[in-house]
Amino acid sequence: MGFTYLDHTADIAVRAWGGTVGEAFAEAARAVSGAMVSLESVRPTTSRAFTLRGGSLGLLLVDWLAALVAEKDVSGLVFSRFDVDVKEDGPEVALHASAWGEPLDPTRHEPRLEVKGISLLGLRVRVDGETWFAEFVADV
Amino acid sequence: MDEFDRLEQVGDVEWVLAPYDRMTVPGRIYADRETIEQLRRAEGDGAQWSAIRQVKHVASMPGIVSAALALPDVHPGYGFPIGGVGAFGIDDGVAVVGGVGFDINCGVRLLRTPLQRSEVVEDIDRIGEDLFRTVPAGLGAGGSLRLSMREIDRVLEEGAAYVVREGFGVADDLQFTEESGRMSGADPSAVSSLAKQREFQQVGTLGSGNHYLELQYVERVLDAAAAAAYGLSEGQVVVAVHTGSRALGHQIGQDYLKELGAASTRYGIAIPDQEMVCAPIKSSEGRRYLAAIAGGANCAFANRQMIAHLVRVSLARTCGLDPGVVGTVYDIGHNNAKVEEHEVDGEMRQVLVHRKGATRAFGPGRPETPAAYRSVGHPIFVGGTMGTASYVMRGTERGMKKTFGSGIHGAGRALSRKKAATKFWGEEVVSALRKAGIRVFAHDLRGVAEEAPGAYKDVERVVDAAQAAGLNQAIARLRPMAVIKG
Repeated sequence: MGFTYLDHTADIAVRAWGGTVGEAFAEAARAVSGAMVSLESVRPTTSRAFTLRGGSLGLLLVDWLAALVAEKDVSGLVFSRFDVDVKEDGPEVALHASAWGEPLDPTRHEPRLEVKGISLLGLRVRVDGETWFAEFVADV
Repeated sequence: MDEFDRLEQVGDVEWVLAPYDRMTVPGRIYADRETIEQLRRAEGDGAQWSAIRQVKHVASMPGIVSAALALPDVHPGYGFPIGGVGAFGIDDGVAVVGGVGFDINCGVRLLRTPLQRSEVVEDIDRIGEDLFRTVPAGLGAGGSLRLSMREIDRVLEEGAAYVVREGFGVADDLQFTEESGRMSGADPSAVSSLAKQREFQQVGTLGSGNHYLELQYVERVLDAAAAAAYGLSEGQVVVAVHTGSRALGHQIGQDYLKELGAASTRYGIAIPDQEMVCAPIKSSEGRRYLAAIAGGANCAFANRQMIAHLVRVSLARTCGLDPGVVGTVYDIGHNNAKVEEHEVDGEMRQVLVHRKGATRAFGPGRPETPAAYRSVGHPIFVGGTMGTASYVMRGTERGMKKTFGSGIHGAGRALSRKKAATKFWGEEVVSALRKAGIRVFAHDLRGVAEEAPGAYKDVERVVDAAQAAGLNQAIARLRPMAVIKG
């Protein structure tokens, strides 16, 4: 599992991967957090639980990442550790996740870019052999 | 045969994409040959999308009138290209999320001061440092206004007018703000509670990325009459503020990608890409989206108004300026959709004009323009880089006819953030700019590297092309002295 930032002229393009959809989504979340702050500096002292449903894996990925971005403004929390489970649920897909982090502290977390939104362009969740990939672009 | 092969050059800086596939109107691109070649090369390099294909997409949407337009700073965006303009008939047209984007009414306010460059140049460190401390910038920097949900609803409805009434501004600020700082039709109930929760301490904050506050001086006046109307003269110190609607606007964009995605399916509208989700303008969904973005636009006006107040507080402290002598030249956005009256096929009619990374640029005579500027047209602001120049321009009569009165908004990136961060070091950029007489104040040095002057295209070329096309006229060139980055 892991993630990499791809070349993109104006914004942040990400490819994240893992052995399950949940692992790929957790790495995607680390990539978004890492665009905002230094991941290593965020201590996992507080946790938040997320439950989301969506019509497709792609739209669920967008909702998941957008929820994390919003959390920074609503509760002031930034995260560095994620545990994500994604399951089919009837015609939909459901996500249950926990995120660990702490209140944003500009003096310690090396604040970087604000993520404005998660684009639907370039959005892709796919499986290749045994590896799941989550690809997306964050508008900054 | 791709869209580049189909482009026909019809003037020095004008290209036409004749209708094919689902296009109902032509695409018309105002750009120099080098820009077109750059866009073609980017496509060849495996860029994820093509700005010219995006023009084609816009020309394929229901109810589009005249042509899908791209201005000289065109580059790929989400849905519409950046520098993209599309006008739609009210009865048969659509409101498109990708025609506005996430940062609703992101824009620029320019403030004029009575100071001369020679009066501040020796003291620029102290003045810049105080601005940096006074205007919250960067991720997680909250504003001094903490708003209740009820107060946020009033900001959504009243925009900059609310902020001025609370004591943070002067009456003339509203007169010299587009829409008088208050878009009509805003409806707080069309904005999610999550969007509102994200806003409570963001009014009066700059944000990050390419947003900035610059202390600049007027290096050269290029049109004496218009510059005099705007109160600008050579050597004068001005302050430019580039920011938008902050998290509230971003959340509206994210929410409506989903809402109008469902609406597009309901109305059976073929969507060329997922960012072009839309709803008929007259449908309940379309009206709700427009009411939400009017609220988002008002938050952006309010945000720039509050920052203008903070600039006045800082300049009073460092330069002894009375807040009343720091006037608003103009405040104008570059991501919006508005109902306006324009000539279409020889008749005046109402259309919904989307401008994405493009400003309104009305030429002389329009009633929307402040009376003091009506004889010359209102000013527009073209951002350069922290090391080069910015421009004040204005709209023209030809621009009214050709582009629904639209203008360019900035140079646009040449290098990705990743490449720029590899190529430049933040400390070196700051040091090189210092030698050139420009002080940079930033929380994030990597961000400075990503926004280095060398990461951007040449603003002069974009300005030249807009002038050569007769769309916008240059009034004054501004040089930065101190740059505040998020």
